Amino acid sequence: MEPLNTINYFIAGFAVIFGAIGIYIASLVIRWRNLRNEEEILSEVDNETS
Amino acid sequence: MKEKPLKLKILDWVTILLFLLATAMVFFYAPMERVMGAVQKVFYFHVAAGWVGMLSFFFAAVAGIIYLVKKDEKWDLIGYSAIEIGIVFTLINVVTGAIWARPIWNAWWTWDPRLTTATIMELVYFAYLMLRQGIDDPERRQRFGAVYAIVGFLSVPLTFFSIRIFRTIHPVVIGGNDPTAVGAFDMTPLMLQTLLFSILVFSVLFIDLMWHRIRLGQYMNRVDELKMRLQD
Repeated sequence: MEPLNTINYFIAGFAVIFGAIGIYIASLVIRWRNLRNEEEILSEVDNETS
Repeated sequence: MKEKPLKLKILDWVTILLFLLATAMVFFYAPMERVMGAVQKVFYFHVAAGWVGMLSFFFAAVAGIIYLVKKDEKWDLIGYSAIEIGIVFTLINVVTGAIWARPIWNAWWTWDPRLTTATIMELVYFAYLMLRQGIDDPERRQRFGAVYAIVGFLSVPLTFFSIRIFRTIHPVVIGGNDPTAVGAFDMTPLMLQTLLFSILVFSVLFIDLMWHRIRLGQYMNRVDELKMRLQD
């Protein structure tokens, strides 16, 4: 008996797995960058006021 | 914020290499299942993602208990980080399950005990994030978060044992299948090796992500402190 042709579902499944992990890692990187920018601005303000 | 520690850099590279190896094992080493075809290969990462989801929620519950005992905000950050990661991996688990189910059960979704309890578990932890957003006082937020993480953990054993307690069509990987299970298969040694390796690799990925998320949380606290200082 031939196996079912489920290659499309296989691709969809791994797209979800790699996509979700990739998006989460990207969110960590983006949040880190935003914090670094924010810290730089706050440090400048801190230096100007002190 | 301090540079990324060397140990974390090494862990990043080890995780990437292990993940590539696990993917190669799933694609090329594990044999094609004779009935289900290619979609059965989703199973290895589907189970591993479910494992990481439950492991994360377990860590969060333990961190919640330690927080309530010690009142140290470090444990709140650990619990919060674990839940965030757990939500991502449980979502992967649920969605890949639905993708597998479509050709095998002929339906994307059915209100089976496992699918239902897994979805409830995911929603319980989504509600945790909303609860935290809704509380301004940090000490109160941490205390409520800790209690919620402990109580919310009840959904984890319920999800894990649902396929062993209730009548279900969901296959059981470890232990006997319910006679009504659809899509069950006997694992060959190569399949079992691939599954165990995938679970190991996802566990390493979990540790790596936890480390990064905790560092991010520490950085957030530092920037918040700077903001507070400037406001005073």
